[in-house]
Amino acid sequence: MNARNIVAKKEFNWKSFFLQWEWLLVCIFILINVINTSLSPYYLDPKRLLDATMTFLDKAFIVFPMVFILILGDIDISVSSTVALSAVVMAVSYNSGVPMEIAMVICLLVGTICGLINGLLIVKFKELSAVIVTLSTMIIYRGIAYIILEDQASGKFPAWYKFLGWGYVGGVPFILIAFAIFAAIFGLLLHKTTFGRRAYAMGNNITASRFSGIQVDKIKVIIFTLAGTMSAVTALFLTSRMGSTRPNVASGYELDVIAMAVLGGISTSGGKGRMLGAIISVFLIGLLRYGLGLKNIPAQVLLIIIGLLLIFAVMIPNLKFNIGKTRKAQ
Amino acid sequence: MAEVTVGKSSKGLNIVKFRELGLLGFILLISIAVQMRNQSFLTLENIDDMITNTAILSVLAIGMMLVIVTRGIDLSLGSTLALAGMTTALTVKSNPGMNPLAAILLGTVVGIVCGAIIGLIIAKTNVPPIIATLGMMNVFRGLTFMISGGKWVSAHQMPTSFKAIATGSVLGINTLIFIAIIIYIVAYYFINHTRTGRQIYAVGSNPDSAKISGINNEKILFLVYTIMGALTGLAGVLWVSKFASAQGDTAMGYEINVIAACVLGGVNIAGGSGKISGIILGSLLLGILNNALPLINVSPFWQNAIQGCVILVAVIVNALVKRSVDRNNLMRRKI
Repeated sequence: MNARNIVAKKEFNWKSFFLQWEWLLVCIFILINVINTSLSPYYLDPKRLLDATMTFLDKAFIVFPMVFILILGDIDISVSSTVALSAVVMAVSYNSGVPMEIAMVICLLVGTICGLINGLLIVKFKELSAVIVTLSTMIIYRGIAYIILEDQASGKFPAWYKFLGWGYVGGVPFILIAFAIFAAIFGLLLHKTTFGRRAYAMGNNITASRFSGIQVDKIKVIIFTLAGTMSAVTALFLTSRMGSTRPNVASGYELDVIAMAVLGGISTSGGKGRMLGAIISVFLIGLLRYGLGLKNIPAQVLLIIIGLLLIFAVMIPNLKFNIGKTRKAQ
Repeated sequence: MAEVTVGKSSKGLNIVKFRELGLLGFILLISIAVQMRNQSFLTLENIDDMITNTAILSVLAIGMMLVIVTRGIDLSLGSTLALAGMTTALTVKSNPGMNPLAAILLGTVVGIVCGAIIGLIIAKTNVPPIIATLGMMNVFRGLTFMISGGKWVSAHQMPTSFKAIATGSVLGINTLIFIAIIIYIVAYYFINHTRTGRQIYAVGSNPDSAKISGINNEKILFLVYTIMGALTGLAGVLWVSKFASAQGDTAMGYEINVIAACVLGGVNIAGGSGKISGIILGSLLLGILNNALPLINVSPFWQNAIQGCVILVAVIVNALVKRSVDRNNLMRRKI
């Protein structure tokens, strides 16, 4: 349906510039901050706000590759299990005598391999949708984590490892700096490289992309592998913040991550959305959680608010589109 | 996809038949293997136990199949189930004299309301099902915690008549199995022999042509999610009655099992196809795995991974079989 509405030449138009999804997000973002500030006098404190980012940025690393995957029109629900598996393997290998630096590399490797397996399965068996493949690998990866660690927790990491999750560089949390660096890398990758343009092309029409000489399989495998790697990065930060790890760690992260990306204006049907929106929505959801948490609003109410926000975020542009369509028809 | 559709129509039936026979063969193979390791597997008592445990899953699988057939997916299932179960549990807790049938009805109504909300969102506003159900999953889960105040309703707070729903029997069959059988018969008739049932498949296989042929797509989508809600609500009551406890996190993540049962049963996640007989076998296979693995002393920590591998292997084999059948058809065509 959407493919038909592609405009051949794009002119700069003030109206459409301000009708962009990111502006709405910015408005919601400001609104949330205003509400939070009026609810709690402790909210608008730069130091506290910076510290608050530590609590929600760990899962945000997966949002970047998830944006790519959604732009392809696919979905990856195995990321949370990849986080658990790579964290568990890291903890177990460290505790069996491997130096921490190498254990961290192992963690990244495990995540990458998990992502690579997803990508290869999806490319080799095109009949299977990504939902099914990642659904089964989601069960398998977490299953392996359970086999390795059973119901134990594993931790006792060296003191310097805490830096990842709790450290500061010049007063700014290290995790925030890491997030900014990755955001820049993935933003440039999506919007300024041929790789990113090809991802959009594949999301709009995969058959046409293949016939125009894009190596669709290769790009798909790379993107799913990146999702695995970034899940392992999340595992590094999460484990550092928690101090130990368990096989059931990070459960439900896939839904949070998808929610952040979709709220950021990334269409689940592929080909649409920008990195900026996803980044704004990471902070939007994170600060919403933090602000309402300050007011002692129970986590369950937060669940409801975020759920409704997600639905309305997707509903509003659809309504707008429908209105535009009927007007055109008249 | 475009290159494999040639010749599908002529041999389409055989693939489906082969898939179900393959699944049946796999179930038999597992059963025989487990029986050789542990003699108590194929006893009447254990089989009865196993089917009772599978009843709720198989009822949910019907609803999920209809949703998947229309190219949708329902991730809110676990939360709807918990909300319906919790509402019912709280009601019977404060009215111990309540008729069990009324309790079942109450849970089902709660489920219908939840399903209707999701159906309205999906049918009227074009929100993709995965997003709508993901959002409502959070909402319903939050509501469950809120109405219960985070507390459990445990066995001693429930009247015996309510707990008897799951343990009692009708005509010598366990009530859960009895309900499942009735629902399967109704569903079979509805899906294969009513106009609305066939329209669901039409909408799933090609929404555009369904619309042009005069089918009200919005109505069908709304209906499908409402049916899903009704079955989930019913399952919620049965669940709470069976486990004799209602918690805020009841059935969290259960949607994955139900989707897995559908996928194993050959329901195409891209929409348009899926059969009742398939999902019976799919749920049965999952039920057997759950029951058999502990019997042959597999550590509970291995069960997740094994289950995942079985699902993956099943869908891959399915894809490979379909590929070779398609290739054969193509060759026959050339000659």
